[in-house]
Amino acid sequence: MSSSDGSPLSRRAWLTTTSGVIAAGLLKTQADAFKLDAQEPPGTSPSEFTAVADRLVTEVGARAPGEQPKRYLRASDADLSSSSRSPLQDFHGIITPADLHFERHHAGVPAIVKEEHELLVHGMVERPMVFRMAELHRYPSISQIYFIECSGNGGGIYSRDRMPTEISVQQIDGLVSTSEWTGVPLAWILREVGVRPGASWLLAEGADGAHLARSIPLEKGMGDALLAYGQNGEAIRPEQGYPLRLMLPGWEGNTQVKWLRRIEVTDRPTMTREETSRYTDPLEGGRARQFSFVMDAKSVITFPSYPYVLPDRGWWEIKGLAWTGRGRITRVEVSTDGGRSWVDAELQHPILPMATVRFRHLWNWDGRETVILSRATDETGYVQPTVHQLWEARGEGTAYHQNHQRAWRVASDGGVTFGLGELV
Amino acid sequence: MRTPALRIAGSAAVVLLLTGCGVDDGTEALGVASSGAGEGAMEGYALPTGAPERFSFGAPASAARVAAWDIDVKPDGEGLPEGSGTVADGERVYMVHCLACHGPTGVEGPYNRVVATDPWEEWPVNRGVGNYWPYATTLYDYIRRAMPQLAPGSLTPDETYAVIAFLLHRNGIIAEDVVMSRETLPAVEMPARGRFVVDDRTGGRTIK
Repeated sequence: MSSSDGSPLSRRAWLTTTSGVIAAGLLKTQADAFKLDAQEPPGTSPSEFTAVADRLVTEVGARAPGEQPKRYLRASDADLSSSSRSPLQDFHGIITPADLHFERHHAGVPAIVKEEHELLVHGMVERPMVFRMAELHRYPSISQIYFIECSGNGGGIYSRDRMPTEISVQQIDGLVSTSEWTGVPLAWILREVGVRPGASWLLAEGADGAHLARSIPLEKGMGDALLAYGQNGEAIRPEQGYPLRLMLPGWEGNTQVKWLRRIEVTDRPTMTREETSRYTDPLEGGRARQFSFVMDAKSVITFPSYPYVLPDRGWWEIKGLAWTGRGRITRVEVSTDGGRSWVDAELQHPILPMATVRFRHLWNWDGRETVILSRATDETGYVQPTVHQLWEARGEGTAYHQNHQRAWRVASDGGVTFGLGELV
Repeated sequence: MRTPALRIAGSAAVVLLLTGCGVDDGTEALGVASSGAGEGAMEGYALPTGAPERFSFGAPASAARVAAWDIDVKPDGEGLPEGSGTVADGERVYMVHCLACHGPTGVEGPYNRVVATDPWEEWPVNRGVGNYWPYATTLYDYIRRAMPQLAPGSLTPDETYAVIAFLLHRNGIIAEDVVMSRETLPAVEMPARGRFVVDDRTGGRTIK
């Protein structure tokens, strides 16, 4: 809005000028819809922004200078065994840009030359075979959008002793990412080598320094498992297993072995370190759950979330991501009153199995302190539990598979912090 | 084709129970596409129409190649090489190759504890060989594939058996005079062996 002489006129000034002739109710609506003290931006003349090109064509594009999302590295992540987390709060869709896909390495990222990489498939097979990458590329291929989540994602955030508040969704739950993956179904390669009767497990092994290995039920290998070499349309990134990784849709990230170099068909699990000493889940009663492959349904609100500060009450879109390792998300509910009442959020299509789905809920914040939460339901009827329900079911002995509801406290000054507080 | 999620959990359970018995249940799993959406896994992918029985891209793997690459060790000892090692020899190996990361007595770090014998009733605070590792063979498998971290696979079989003997002794599992070899290692009874149960989560309304 400008006055007739071209000088900017603030909306507050306009409202003040005109308030005498506008009913109080309408003024209230105007106040809620438009920030009262908002100033119209000074503006730029068209000639200023069209006259000069910033750059010409380039071989490889770059992000806008003002848009520099980054993975989060903890102070300890200089170790060979470490992780980095995806900036969930910066994403608009379900696809994770490949250079921002979360990382979890057990011995760093190996330098592998594609032309030298080989996959050995042997064990209880009729024809043990070695495949070079060019040969795997020659097989028929498929592409699918799948999430990968580290089973430690969000682990240890809530405990009775420790409930941090100034922590971001990226720091808590950034060990999940979604890509379009391209490759050869493992079942087609197992068909080539001829699985012998009696086989029931696989061992998948990486070419990294950890030679990370996991035992996988053959049934998964004959199902939706994928030998992936493509990620979001390009060759898989080194951090994601270049030139070849195992994709096991919906399963723990560590089972989806990167830098895949060997698959052994067996009739029993190998009981590697990563399926005994690690990635097992102590339960109550002195037991530990093993081969807990599937990632249960989960949702996280990515906006608003710490450290964002809502500058004003009024209309805000609560946004987030939901996913399940058991197929499709069927429902995401949002609560804006600390879990006392819930409403269905909108689910953004596509709603794909074993892929993240976007949800959103339009919220008219009244400016009072509250807690917002989300909870996902998947097609099996599983409802994302509260942290207390998880503790009740499992005890507090594991930091894996912590898919409980997350909460954000919105203070009256608009500040957003993590945690339930005393409301739930 | 749809099969219940129990198929995966169930087949794992059966195989676990039968480990070491020389019996298998795998025949049924052959050629069975994994269960449908909502049941932990999806159906398999359809081959393109007209696909041949075999493409035969790739090369036959020689026995020598398989032998060179097949580094894993199974709980029954399959994959263990010839060789042996004593607790005393293992202490020397440990002091040279392991101490810097795992500490003088295996508890100090700075990296993972390798000695932990704390008994646990509810859940373990420290998870180590003595109180949480269910199979002794995993030590050989893991050390050969991943340790020492900056030179994985560099220990000889004798050195590997020796450092395993040292670790098992320090964890209170074997006596000081027990020698580790391909015969003795699979027979070691680990305190945590009976603690592990197969995943019973199946989706649905029940939180597990």
